[in-house]
Amino acid sequence: MSDGAVRSFRGEGFRIYEHKNGWAALGLRELWTYRELLIFLTWRDILVRYKQAVLGVAWAFLQPFLMMIVFTVVFNRLLGVKSPDPNLPYAVFSFAGLLPWQFFSGALSRSGVSLVGNASLLTKVYFPRLVIPISAVLAGLVDFAISFVVLMGLMAAYGLAPTWHAVFIPLFVLLALATALAVSLWLSALNVLYRDVQYLIPFLVQLWMFVSPVIYPIDKIPAGPLRIIFSLNPMTGVIGGFRWALLGQEFPGGYMWISIVAVAVLLFGGLFYFKRMERVFADVV
Amino acid sequence: MNDVVLRTVDLGKMYRIGGERQAYRTLRDTLAQAARRPIERIRHPGAAAHTSEMIWALKDVNIELGHGEVLGIIGRNGSGKTTLLKVLSHITEPTVGRAEIRGRVASLLEVGTGFHGELTGRENIQLNGAILGMTRAEIKSKFDEIVEFSEIGHFLDTPVKHYSSGMYVRLAFAVAAHLDPEILIVDEVLAVGDVEFQRKCLGRMGKVAHEGRTVLFVSHNMGAVRNLCSRVIQLTGGRITREGDPQEVTEAYLRDSLVRADSLESVEAAIAALPTDPIFRFQGIVVRQDGRPTLTVRNSEPVEIEIRYSVLERTRGFRVLFDLLDDDHNILLSSHHDDDAQSVLVVEPGEYVSTAFIPADLLAPRSYELRVRARIGNGRWLTNEGVAIPLTAEDTNDINQVFHDMLRPRLRPRIPWRTVRLSESAAYRAGDL
Repeated sequence: MSDGAVRSFRGEGFRIYEHKNGWAALGLRELWTYRELLIFLTWRDILVRYKQAVLGVAWAFLQPFLMMIVFTVVFNRLLGVKSPDPNLPYAVFSFAGLLPWQFFSGALSRSGVSLVGNASLLTKVYFPRLVIPISAVLAGLVDFAISFVVLMGLMAAYGLAPTWHAVFIPLFVLLALATALAVSLWLSALNVLYRDVQYLIPFLVQLWMFVSPVIYPIDKIPAGPLRIIFSLNPMTGVIGGFRWALLGQEFPGGYMWISIVAVAVLLFGGLFYFKRMERVFADVV
Repeated sequence: MNDVVLRTVDLGKMYRIGGERQAYRTLRDTLAQAARRPIERIRHPGAAAHTSEMIWALKDVNIELGHGEVLGIIGRNGSGKTTLLKVLSHITEPTVGRAEIRGRVASLLEVGTGFHGELTGRENIQLNGAILGMTRAEIKSKFDEIVEFSEIGHFLDTPVKHYSSGMYVRLAFAVAAHLDPEILIVDEVLAVGDVEFQRKCLGRMGKVAHEGRTVLFVSHNMGAVRNLCSRVIQLTGGRITREGDPQEVTEAYLRDSLVRADSLESVEAAIAALPTDPIFRFQGIVVRQDGRPTLTVRNSEPVEIEIRYSVLERTRGFRVLFDLLDDDHNILLSSHHDDDAQSVLVVEPGEYVSTAFIPADLLAPRSYELRVRARIGNGRWLTNEGVAIPLTAEDTNDINQVFHDMLRPRLRPRIPWRTVRLSESAAYRAGDL
């Protein structure tokens, strides 16, 4: 504004705080310097969750297990949804899909309200605001790890061993993380600006599950244009990838790339949107 | 190389829509508005697209702070103090102008930011430290010191939801007190905790200030501001309206924020003009001599100050007090209703009358001002401004009146004298030798 009148100290080791318009830089370097805060907030989320629940860690075991039982009874026994491979029990098949799905849906419901829930932090301390939704997403990794152990047990019980594809699991965990984070960035920022987004999230999660191949195998969707549209949903790629790496199911092939590109677009769009909006978070939250 | 570590240039912060903050919208409103707008354009083609009330929480703020300066910021609630600290802490961005800062900043806008009731004291120390910008190594190295400072002892591994409010505050301040910044930004965190701990906090702040750190300190505690700060600014309506020597600025601030009662009848109006407080209310103040209400008193007789008030909540450390000022606004004395108490009083809710007696033969024949106030501990003022009551003392029967008229002493207590005649002709004998 008044650069003409008073010489600025810009570039003499001073940080300048002033009004900026439009798109901001992502500030990922700054985010890196705040990694310890990120770890602490993630750790807090995990600690608090298990301390408040009566059953504690047992929940993390019980929840996916019960879901799998319900899925098997309702979809497999009553509705006749079959696993694509006769040698693969539906219970294991659905659990392999539930594993990344529950991570994703949990991340969405936690991170959607994360900024508003941490309003006292946002208005009292400075730190890169990205730390909040990222920690909300990362906190789900503990549940994910526990579910993973349950799945291993389940596979062992059915006498199934993971194939050599299992070495690619970390890649698909990363893809699941990226997907969860991408959507979380959008939802958390939107929820600060439009407070009714939080009521939309449970509905969105439910809807999203039915367009993702959690309950049914992806080959129920005919190859071609419809399959391409379904693959635009990144969770289609993530779940397909998990089933391939864990159970040796058919690899989604080219459709996988559609999902990966969709994640990249969502993630970078989300990052930029978040950075653009974070300037007003402290004023409106 | 310059010595400046913090500077603001024509800094301004505007909030839209009434109140202090910009309200969030709902998606429904936005959609409805988007749908209405084209229709409104057709109906009222000339109307501005969007008009909303705008409030400048800060305007034209120019501050330059050198290394090691301790700047006090005072002003009424809503004058922009906290907004200024938030801009300087990078929490919110200014609307116009800019702030330029060099060095590691720690801001303490609240005690215990990020504390979680389910976590233990130990866990909260680590978390809060990280939130305030300490590294893990720093937290580790200062951990024992923090625990000792906080005096929480063996409650370290108890969830803080089981702490008393005093313990909670002590722990939270202890973490903050061990930050090691080059610039410290503090907002009124000392208004909490018991008197003893407040003293400790002020001591710690003073130490930080004397170590050559740069400090920005917002407070309503004028005593603390005077003791700690090297310079003070007063904000009024978002602008700097006074700046300079702590003593002068705080006195001027107190003077013009006082509610004045010019006659005995107007005391009631002055009380009504005070900001309302959730736990305290004056009911009436009467100055009497010989049982009759009056504002002109004889200095040879005691003066009775009767203060009626109600306390709405059980309060520890509550006290009513009056200051006696001369006509140059020097405080001559200050007296609290609990001055005789052996320990901090806990006051139960109810209606009270406290009566003070200014003894006979204390006042000089001149005009004074009584300033009646109430506070909790040494921190929060319940009636920041207080009620000012003019009081005129008249001399009765003083053979040295003429000297007092010349020297105008501020008080004229009757000091006991004893004069003894030692011998009949000492002077004569001395001369004789």
